[in-house]
Amino acid sequence: MFRRGWRLVRGSFRAHPVPHILGISGANVFAVAVVGFTVVIGRVTDEVIVPGLDGAGVDGSAIVGGMVALVVIGLIRGTAIMARRWFNMMAVARTQRTWRLDITDRYLDVPVAFHRARPAGELLAHADNDVEVASAVLMPLAFSMSVVALVAVSLISLLVVHPLFALVAVLLFPTLAVLNRTYTNAVEAPSARAQEDVGRVSAIAHESLDGVLVVKTLGREDQEVARLAAAADDLRRERIEVGRRRADFAPVIYSLPNLGIIVLLFVGTMLVDRNAVTIGEMVRAMALFSILSLPMEILGFLFQSMPASVVAKDRINGVLAVHPEARPADVPEVVEPVTVEFDDVGFRYPPGDSGAGAPAVLDGLSFRMAAGETVALVGATGSGKSTAVTLLAGLEPATAGRVLVGDIDTVALGPDGVGQVVVPVFQESFLFADTIRQNLLLDREVPDGEIQRLLRVVEADGFVADLPQGLDTVVGERGVTLSGGQRQRLAIARALLRRPRVMVLDDATSAVDPTIEAAILENLRAHRGRTLLIIAHRLATIRLADRVLFLDGGRIAAEGTHDELLGVPAYAALARAYEEAGT
Amino acid sequence: MTVLDGHDVVGPPGEPEVVDARGLHDIDEAGALTVLRRGVAASPELRAGIGLTAFMALAVAGGKLLVPLAIQFILDRGFAEDGIRMGLVAGFAAVAATLVVGSIFLGRATYYRLARTAENVLMGLRVRAFAHLHRLSLAEHTASRKGALTARVTSDVETLTKFAQWGAIAWIIDSIQVVGVLTVMALYSWQLTLVTVLVYLPLLPMLRAMQRRQLRAYDRLRTRVSETFEIVSESVLGVEPIRAYGYREAIRGRIHRAIGAQYRQQMKAARFFSLFMPLTDIFGVMAVATVVGAGVWWGPGWGVTSGELIAFVFLINLLLAPITELGEVLDQTQTALAGWWKILDVLDTPVEIVEPDAGPVLAGGALAVRAEAVEFGYRGGDRVLHGIDVDIPPGTSVAVVGETGSGKTTFAKLMARLADPTAGRLSVGGVDLRDLTGDERRRAIRMVPQDGFLFDTTVGDNIRFGRPDATGDDVAAAVDALGLGPWVASLADGIDTRVGERGESLSVGERQLVALARAQVADPGLLILDEATSAVDPETETALEQALENLARGRTTVSVAHRLSTAERSDLVLVFDRGRIVEQGSHEDLARGDGVYAGLYASWIGNTRS
Repeated sequence: MFRRGWRLVRGSFRAHPVPHILGISGANVFAVAVVGFTVVIGRVTDEVIVPGLDGAGVDGSAIVGGMVALVVIGLIRGTAIMARRWFNMMAVARTQRTWRLDITDRYLDVPVAFHRARPAGELLAHADNDVEVASAVLMPLAFSMSVVALVAVSLISLLVVHPLFALVAVLLFPTLAVLNRTYTNAVEAPSARAQEDVGRVSAIAHESLDGVLVVKTLGREDQEVARLAAAADDLRRERIEVGRRRADFAPVIYSLPNLGIIVLLFVGTMLVDRNAVTIGEMVRAMALFSILSLPMEILGFLFQSMPASVVAKDRINGVLAVHPEARPADVPEVVEPVTVEFDDVGFRYPPGDSGAGAPAVLDGLSFRMAAGETVALVGATGSGKSTAVTLLAGLEPATAGRVLVGDIDTVALGPDGVGQVVVPVFQESFLFADTIRQNLLLDREVPDGEIQRLLRVVEADGFVADLPQGLDTVVGERGVTLSGGQRQRLAIARALLRRPRVMVLDDATSAVDPTIEAAILENLRAHRGRTLLIIAHRLATIRLADRVLFLDGGRIAAEGTHDELLGVPAYAALARAYEEAGT
Repeated sequence: MTVLDGHDVVGPPGEPEVVDARGLHDIDEAGALTVLRRGVAASPELRAGIGLTAFMALAVAGGKLLVPLAIQFILDRGFAEDGIRMGLVAGFAAVAATLVVGSIFLGRATYYRLARTAENVLMGLRVRAFAHLHRLSLAEHTASRKGALTARVTSDVETLTKFAQWGAIAWIIDSIQVVGVLTVMALYSWQLTLVTVLVYLPLLPMLRAMQRRQLRAYDRLRTRVSETFEIVSESVLGVEPIRAYGYREAIRGRIHRAIGAQYRQQMKAARFFSLFMPLTDIFGVMAVATVVGAGVWWGPGWGVTSGELIAFVFLINLLLAPITELGEVLDQTQTALAGWWKILDVLDTPVEIVEPDAGPVLAGGALAVRAEAVEFGYRGGDRVLHGIDVDIPPGTSVAVVGETGSGKTTFAKLMARLADPTAGRLSVGGVDLRDLTGDERRRAIRMVPQDGFLFDTTVGDNIRFGRPDATGDDVAAAVDALGLGPWVASLADGIDTRVGERGESLSVGERQLVALARAQVADPGLLILDEATSAVDPETETALEQALENLARGRTTVSVAHRLSTAERSDLVLVFDRGRIVEQGSHEDLARGDGVYAGLYASWIGNTRS
């Protein structure tokens, strides 16, 4: 654990040496200044306070001298704290920035399969929460790096005054360090359990309030409250347990230095009696004692945050270890006519954690589309339709066989090269929280006239014009909520704006009103020379295709026109189901 | 002279708070004391044994004053003209040490009591707020408020917890300590106390001003953090369009800019973070220097002894620590009070649906439904339903059609009394819904919502929840009655298959099958169905159609229809438009006419059966 923690710290240090060094320097200056201040206080006691109040009196210059000395050392100390905090924070913030950039860059570069295999929430947690947690160990770093100096200078200072004082310190402070460590260990288990309970309570609350409608219709409010109360009660118990352990340790940790000071006071008075030390030296030792407990706490913070930080950093490293997808440097030019060909294509997902091989999604899929042809891909749920789209769009490579666009292998074209020619539209029409214009353009430059023309093609000109700011209306969480059909229409316009030579509609009109859908598809087909691959559940849509490919078990089971295929029993059954489900 | 601060570990602020659109009360107008008063009133746990705990806290803070008191006593009394009185010193040191040990035990009991009280209060508050949320009518649980309401019993309570573990204890112990230190100081020398206070005085407005700027800086930082979060989450959620539409490099630039802006704001906020502590420290040093100067110069005249002056140096230190800490917890306190206020607001939200303890019993079999001039509007929102009049004879199957937002779903919810009409009257089986007991209503009227939410248990349990006293046999009978036997048999563990959180181990269609069986167990006279809009695979769709047909037999059914095939099969079609029923009649009559429904039907028929 300690070695991995050290590796984390070293990584941050190497990436951002300057703020780390300045922060640690500030901390060390502070360590010396803190001891220096107690020395000044001791001398002021002996040379100003005691003679001034108990003795013959002192002259004004001695008083002013004492005051100036206090203020000067105080300013040094204050400045050192500022440097320590500022530069340490800079080191932390820069480390976080580096990690965030590395992680988000990697998300953009890894194969799409990586994203598919993990829930989005998990990926976001790596870029957000994990970065925070992993850097938590760096927060007390500069201070911790001065603890050695602080302890050494303090011990020397005490030894110079009297070895007995140093002895008291040597007995007391390691005890304090051990207590701090024991305390941290003692609360670790119940704190972790409490954290789990927080998760459970929160999960129950979310789930139960999400299902409030069902809870109400079933009259299960009381059972739901009892369920939450039970989890909340577990949490309460664990937290009280943490509180109990904290109560066991905190007062001891706070009071031990006070006990030490009282011992010093007694020992010191004896030594003053024997003229071995002065009152000022005794005050100096006591002042030092009142501050020495904190470095022990700081080390405690460091050790406390280390396990969680190390685990979070491991998760970040897991992301950074994923290889970026291959993006060929020289992208060959795709020339007309743009045909599409699947040549004995197979696809299976990589084996899961269990190591068990996943079944093949596509298995010997072969077909060819001529330029300008409209083809419908039909198959039951799980027949591999969407996977075929993913491969054609170059989002994932086939695990067997070749996918060719314009007779060039999509592997050679790379995702960017494929994207120049093939533009898919997905069922889930993802819109960015931005204006409609930006959602269509995605940073491209296209004149407004062209945008308007495309909106007419997808029958979206009407509702866009009706929006408060037209094309400049912000959509998404902070803006206007669009219906599923409206979103799908915008998604098609966005694809058209990319002037696709091959367009793929993956159930991309499922939420669009049938009349409008028919009009859109007519408009799309009116464009000669564009190759169109359609996946749909509506018979009217399927009928529009020049040719229907019936996909079953990851390969083409039959092909022909819709009417021809009705002779195939499996196809006919599916068509009947589509008709009955007819939306 | 303390100066070593533990709070280098204070990290950047947490997640941005979900904006509550309603904003019932403004915390700034109320002030901390009002929150406290309301909070104490709402939490009886807070009052239990509070007197003793407060007294103990007083003693704990007093324990911290022992050191300067001992220093002063020994230096002034132990060091006499004729040498040191070792006996007195030893005796006093022994007493002081004993008291310190005593304060440890007292402290232990106090901290424990504080923790226990806090956790009891928090649990009570959480459970009561959660129970209250479930009692509120569905009119309060709008989609836009769902997140905010859940936050009341999750993140808001957690904010309060963090406060209870540090801020609240700091307020109690620190304020007692400040008063105690000032009292001891004044006993030694009121003049030097005045000097100390005068030196500190300019610090307070400075801290206040910095605090305010710091809060603003952190506020802006929170905005930056959520902007980064938003763009990163878009880059993850939108990975397919980003790759497919060549948006990758552009969005990379945006992410880099957002992360850069977040870093810059982080360092702006760090300015205050780095200044705060040293500033109080420097003021502490100034106070020590001034007190030493004034004490030595005028001390003999004021009757100040050397022991008292040295004790003062230690006392100033004891004053500094709580002031610094209170400065650091101020931010936390404001957040916690705001959270507390919001939770209290939930508890104060009136429960609109009040069910009578006793009421009429509805006859068995299909039930009639009658709506008379029914109106409905969400609180603070527009009216959703206007003057709905409709008569549904028992056993009729009704399809409610209309565009999204036409009020058809709201109408269905009113029939299940998930909210009450704001005007007019809804009766089922001749009885006003408001006169029925909750149990009777749930027995006779059953709504099957479209979201197919299931509890995280087995398929069988989920079906059994349909009726409080249902047995395993009832479940089996319901499954058979709907023809779901083959489907259940196909599940991994049959009827004992676990459905996962929210039922997510099952497909959308399968969740609906369970919901239908659950309704069958209840054997209601009125069935309200909110059809799902999401696509279901054709295989499950067939099973669903069959189950629905079986379930509807012999009952009055009202379906919120998203597909016209449902309308086609129904006895009566109600066409909703902008909160009104614009057409009603049989499917055949309406389809033949030239109204809204005829238009909808024509386009449908033209497109699916061409």
